[in-house]
This record gives sequence, C-alpha cells and structure tokens, in this order.
Amino acid sequence: MKISNTLLKKEEQATLALRELYGRYGYTQYKMSKFEEYDLYVRNKNFLISDSVITFTDTNGKLMALKPDVTLSIVKNTKDIPGYVQKVYYNENVYRVTEKTHAFREIMQTGLECLGDIDSYCIAEVLTLAARSLAEISDDYILDVSHLGLLSQLIDHIGIAPDARGTLLECVAQKNRHDASRICAEAGINRERAALLQHLMECQGEVRQVIPMLYTLLPNEEWQRTVAQFDSVLSLLPAEHVRIDFSVIHDLRYYSGIVFQGFVKGVPENILSGGQYDNLMHRMDKKSGAVGFAVYLDRLDSLAVAPRDFDIDTVLLYDANADTKALHAAVKALTEDGKSVTAQKTVPEKLKYRQLLQFTESGVKLLETNA
Amino acid sequence: MLNVALPKGRLGDRVYAMFEKAGFECPSIKENNRKLIFENEVCGVRYFWVKPSDVAIYVERGAADIGVAGKDILLEYAPDVYELLDMKTGICRMAVAAPKGFRDDPRRTLKVATKFTNIAQNYYASQGRDIDMIHLNGSIEIAPILGLSDVIVDIVETGTTLKENNLEVIETVVPISARLIANKASWKFKTEQITALTEHLAMQLKAEE
Repeated sequence: MKISNTLLKKEEQATLALRELYGRYGYTQYKMSKFEEYDLYVRNKNFLISDSVITFTDTNGKLMALKPDVTLSIVKNTKDIPGYVQKVYYNENVYRVTEKTHAFREIMQTGLECLGDIDSYCIAEVLTLAARSLAEISDDYILDVSHLGLLSQLIDHIGIAPDARGTLLECVAQKNRHDASRICAEAGINRERAALLQHLMECQGEVRQVIPMLYTLLPNEEWQRTVAQFDSVLSLLPAEHVRIDFSVIHDLRYYSGIVFQGFVKGVPENILSGGQYDNLMHRMDKKSGAVGFAVYLDRLDSLAVAPRDFDIDTVLLYDANADTKALHAAVKALTEDGKSVTAQKTVPEKLKYRQLLQFTESGVKLLETNA
Repeated sequence: MLNVALPKGRLGDRVYAMFEKAGFECPSIKENNRKLIFENEVCGVRYFWVKPSDVAIYVERGAADIGVAGKDILLEYAPDVYELLDMKTGICRMAVAAPKGFRDDPRRTLKVATKFTNIAQNYYASQGRDIDMIHLNGSIEIAPILGLSDVIVDIVETGTTLKENNLEVIETVVPISARLIANKASWKFKTEQITALTEHLAMQLKAEE
C-alpha cells in the first residue's frame, strides 16, 4: 500500500514514525481492551492526569471504566522475573477530561514502557527514544530532564516540615524563587540552607554547564553518587537538545529518579512526559522498576499548518442524462492524472476548486480555472 | 519576537514603565488611541492589553510568551505557567471581611460571598470550617449588609470601600502582588530573552528597595 505523506495529518505521520522507531529498538506493540475494571483507577487516582473516569456496569455487575490511562494496565499485567525487562509500546485511545475543555475527550496516546530489571542502560535507552521521538516531530525540540532523587535529598537536607513540603515543591515546579524563599523563611530554615534550594532552582540549562554546579551543592557521598549517575545517563543524549531543569516534577508517590518532559517549538505545552516510576510499581506490589513515557500527539494540533489554497483540484459537473460509463471513465482519467476530482450535478457551496469542468457527451469542457 | 500580555489599567501602565526601562520599549503604546496591540520590531517585542483576569489564559495557551498577572488570579485559576518574579507592585491582600462586631459562631455553617471561590474554598478547607459558598461577580461588599452572606472574601487594598460599607477585615487569607509569568514552552525556546528581562526587572526592584 502506498500512502502519500501529504494526505496524513501531522499526528498520523508521527504515529507511524514512532511505531517504526520503537520497533527498531525491540519494543513490541501492547494491545489492550478499551475497558478496565474501575477499581484499578480508584486505587491509583493521583497517578492519572485527570481523575474523572467514564464508568459503566458490565453485564456481570462489575463496575468498568473506559481507559483513562495505559500505563496502569501495563503495570498490572507485568511479571517480576529477575534479569528480565519487558519492552512495550502502545498506540491507544484514552478517555479523559482535559483541563482546558472540562469535558471528556477521546485522545490518541502513544507511549513506551520498559519494566522489570531496570538498569542505567534501560534509562538511557528510554531517554534516547524520548529525544528521538521529539526529533521525529520537529527539529526544534527540547527535552527537559530532572532528577527527583536529587530534589528529595536536597529538600530533606534543608529540613522543611512535611506539611510545607508540598507547597515548596509547587514553587520549584513554577520556578517561583520568591515564594520558595518566603516559605523557607517562615519555616525558620536558616539562610545557608534556604540558599541551597535557590541554587538548585538556578541549576537549569545545558547539561555540561549544570552538572559541575550540581556537584558543588552538597558534599555528601549519596548526593555525589547520584549526580555522577545522572551525568553518565545524560552524557549519552544529544547535548544541544537536552536541558537540566528541576521544575519538571512528577508526583513523588509514583515517580522517583529521572523524570522528563519534551517540548517542540510551536506547541505551547509539553508533548511528551515520562520518567522512572518505581514507586508506582511498588504500590502495585511489583518488586521491579520501570521507566517510560507518553507522547500526547493530540497536542500537535497547535502546530501551524500552511493553509490549503484549494479543497480539491477539479469539480466535474454532469447532468442527470449523462452516460454512467463515460462519466466513470472521465473521472478515472482525471484521477490517474494525479488530480483530486469530485463529480457533482451542481457546484458545492464554499468549495474552493482549481478548475471547473463540464462533462458532455462529446467530452470534457473547461468552464473555469482558478489560479 | 517576545509577546507580552499586559493587564489593562493602572497596573499595566506601571508594569510597562518597568519593561521600558529594561530595554523593551515600544513608544507607540503611549499614543492615545484604542489599539490593543503594539509592536516594536527593533526591540523584538509585541505588547497587548488584555483584561487583567485574562492575562494568565493568554500566557498558559501560548498566545503570549510572558505576562503580568495578580497573585489572586494565579491562585484562583492555577494556570500551568512559570511564576518568575514578584513585581512588588499592585500590592494588596485577599482578606475575609465582615460587618463590624461580627462574631463567627462555629455551630453554624458560615455563609461566604466571593468572586474567588477556589481561594475561599481552600482557605476554609485548611481550617476545617464548613461553609456555604455564594459566588458573586461584583459589589461583594453588599452581601453581608443584605444578609446574603455572613462574611466576604475579597481583595482589600486600602480598606476604604469596606469602611464605607461598615465592614472590617477580620482575617488575612494571603498577601497579593503582581507576578511576572511565562508560558512553559515559550520559556524553553526564548530562555535568553525572558531571563534577561527577568533579571533586569529584578535589578530595578532591588534598586527601589
């Protein structure tokens, strides 16, 4: 089958390119049912982007849900086997309330998960695939990477009370240094320790510039070791597109370690989000670790598309007495010429066409041409 | 080109003056006309005036790269944006006000009238107080006078309006000031321009201290 790229929407082109990319790295497609037991989502409500779920009662009386998320289903079905890593990708419709519309929408989501005996190679591979996924969509992309382990260590070190921790993390996520500083002062954190958090929030930008700054923040062995691990993974990624940014924060109840978000120029929000979610695995009674990401292809809608000059190349007018066989041949001849044709008895309203033709017994006559 | 959403009104004028000082001038903005969009190609900046409560929406959706919005709007609508700087202007506070001499009876559900339902909800939830929320769009001060509510949650600047309506502040919910906000994706692709501007504004604020 030959499909012209010009006929595919940006979203569809990306889906095909990503499937091919993930396949090349040995990831197999994970297919699943549209429905899942509602119970799975209730237990992990905060993991979901939106906690509204479409539910219905199945014929056996079980409360079911239209999948709002794919990762939870994959985690549920994965098995702990020492030394084994399950590598899957998916391309599924999910149903969730979007923040902007406040209404349920069917969203095509593509993603990739690597579950099992995860090591630093697996993490580097997933990050590489995240970067390459963005590169498939646009040359102008940025992959923001953060490390929740480092962030937690530093917040533990400054000794903020657990009830102020959430608000402080929100400030980090918003790059809000003024309120972070106020919260630390109100909590009685001494200046030196509060300054450490300010320094971490300043640690943003290209990997080679930021890593040396990170090493200087805390002298303890655990910090130094984590920075070194972070560095060794990031050094394998395309430096010109990767930035360290601690404002990337995912829910600490589910995520740990490296987390990331991807942006492409022209889309006002992130189109890729992922990270290590060992904590989710442990909450779902799995011993192994996991890392993965989702690509929100529906958000590519905001990418500017050049407006089409014409809806169709040719409108071929015919009257009720026209010979069907001759008309059929005329349309076929035009399409074989590579033109798009619509055969109509009258010119459709608001249709922009290149040329208007009239079908007659003696052949096709040109009525109008638009430049 | 850096797109900047400014809040219409006095606050916007003050903020523009700061942006101008930071090297992002756009003289045409001072012309007396009804235009809403002003551009200076030399400085690479485009300003537009929008309703103060809409600034965050323009920035969140990427129609503006940066903007200036009150902390009240950011708390109420929680837009997904970066909050880069406290502009230390437009200073006021979100407060609970009640008729003079009002005493809260914890046995009763408290009737609260406000335009800022999320802020009020969060505030009373943090205190575990049961409330009956009444959403109003304006003239909040008359709600307790007419018996529509027990208290109001609203922005208080000087307190004159409250005084004139025989109300007084009984609690401060949160201090408010204007904040410089940025669209997350714009920040990634226009980092240098936005950071330079933020730093310049921060220096101006420091010099004024």
